[in-house]
Amino acid sequence: MTTVDDVAYLYLDLLQELDLRDVTLVGVSLGAWIAAELAVKSTERLAKLVLANPVGIKVGSRETRDIADFFAMSDDEFNAAAFADPAIAVRDYKSMLEAQVLRVAKNREAFARFAWSPFMHNPKLSSRLHRVNVPTLFLWGSQDRIVSQDYGRAYCAAVPGARFELIEAAGHFPHIEQPEIFAAKVLDFMEYDGSSRRVAGAGR
Amino acid sequence: MRVYHFTEQPYPDAWEDHTESLRVTLPNRRVDPVIAANLLNRYYDEWVLADELGLDVMVNEHHQTATCMSATSIVALSVLARITKRARILILGYPIGHRTDPLRVAEELAMVDLVSRGRLDMGFIKGVPYEFACSNQNAVGVMDRFWDAHDFIIKAMTTHDGPFNWESENFHYRQVNIWPRPYQQPHPPVWSTTASRGNARVLGERGYVMSVLGSGYSTRPVYDAYREGYKAAGRGMAPADRFGYLGLISVAATEQKARERAEIIATYLRSGEHVAPAFKNPPGYLSVEDNARLLRGQTAPRSVTKDGRKIDMRKGSVQELIDAAVMFCGTPDQVFEQITDFADYCGGVGNLLMMGHAGTLSHAETVDNLTVFAKEVLPRLKTYRQPTLDDAIAAA
Repeated sequence: MTTVDDVAYLYLDLLQELDLRDVTLVGVSLGAWIAAELAVKSTERLAKLVLANPVGIKVGSRETRDIADFFAMSDDEFNAAAFADPAIAVRDYKSMLEAQVLRVAKNREAFARFAWSPFMHNPKLSSRLHRVNVPTLFLWGSQDRIVSQDYGRAYCAAVPGARFELIEAAGHFPHIEQPEIFAAKVLDFMEYDGSSRRVAGAGR
Repeated sequence: MRVYHFTEQPYPDAWEDHTESLRVTLPNRRVDPVIAANLLNRYYDEWVLADELGLDVMVNEHHQTATCMSATSIVALSVLARITKRARILILGYPIGHRTDPLRVAEELAMVDLVSRGRLDMGFIKGVPYEFACSNQNAVGVMDRFWDAHDFIIKAMTTHDGPFNWESENFHYRQVNIWPRPYQQPHPPVWSTTASRGNARVLGERGYVMSVLGSGYSTRPVYDAYREGYKAAGRGMAPADRFGYLGLISVAATEQKARERAEIIATYLRSGEHVAPAFKNPPGYLSVEDNARLLRGQTAPRSVTKDGRKIDMRKGSVQELIDAAVMFCGTPDQVFEQITDFADYCGGVGNLLMMGHAGTLSHAETVDNLTVFAKEVLPRLKTYRQPTLDDAIAAA
């Protein structure tokens, strides 16, 4: 697997293998990109879609950097851009279990494997978002400095009928900084027309 | 022993008052085009001198950095192919892990080999970590891409019966048939570099020339891994000409003069530290296990002296660099002793890559350095008896 496309097919296979139906699919950041790629391929097993601070499309001109080049940032710079409160993101790797540190290293490599170039997006995705035919909610940590709110609103406008809601005091990962508000918004959205309560996370 | 003169073709004015990274992000406003032109032409003059003095020559390439203005090695190779007369011309290395088009690499190198009438040594490397930001190539999978590009280039150079097809994971061509083809048959000698035993063994199996940089008295295990691979492939004992070592060299009539010169040359190592941290280690360049070790604060390997002290070559004193065989420095007698002592320890070094210029070393100093070396040290290295297998085992 080398692309987000591959990962989206993996999750589609998983939905089929587990025979899940009426699924509300929730993704954050790269996970939201995977969720969007999955939804443009097939919404057969989906009831609803929640995309929180998604990446995955190109909005600006060729000389506009839509998505901050976090591979060019130090840890401190990344935390300042990605979190409303950077202090909560600081990790002490020396006190973490070896397996946890290995996982951090693996995740970092996975980001590069799937999204080094084109950087954090699929040039084809925007023109396919019209295919998303399930109710879709965009959640947006209002202090995200990895991707701007304008980017999020443009993304939302490309998905038919999608709603856009802000989460204050949160950055690129609102589920980490405001987990209760995040969960409440997802649950409200699941209930608003009475469909399924099943939630499948697409990771971060 | 062959000796190749090497300079990174630096633009040293830029690091006199810089405050941050010398690489990747340093604005090129800092380059005065006239000074750059003068420097590049001067470096070519020094390579011509090396050629006249009986030395071989080596060039390299880096990107977006004041430490090395050679942004594409094909330019220096092309110029040197034409203006030198007898020297071997080594590119170490051509960063095929960064190149999108290995067909172009095969065509370029074949032409350089022809213009030089068969003097090209063709060193391939994957490329340094901080330049994946420049090329935008993915460091994930770079070794697979390296070998794929290598296999393609060799096949392109050695296929003489019309087009062949190449549709791999990384590269797609349907009518490959390069014109012209290289002068040396079946292809110019292949070199590469490594610091790892695993890669050294692979290079040994293929019988390529392997060079290492600045590993000092921890070089032997890497050479031995190469020897194992060489032997396992049925080639017997690897001769000394399969091994290269890059060392900084300062030689002068007096030890004091050589030490003064060495302080300037050592700025090459010290400038290497100025890279913004995020660019030093792109994901995928090192293994997940090595990255986890780095996250936990375990430091990178150091150079080792003959008596087992660990030296940080980016910060070490000239004496420490000499002790670690990162630098060979002193009078001709001293430098000859240091080099041959080190070659004995290695079990043989057939190719010494001599950084004879670095940093702000002036033209006059560089000329003197090269001339003293070529006249006083090189003739003795030419007759130096490389260790036999028995010598090598005894030294180990």
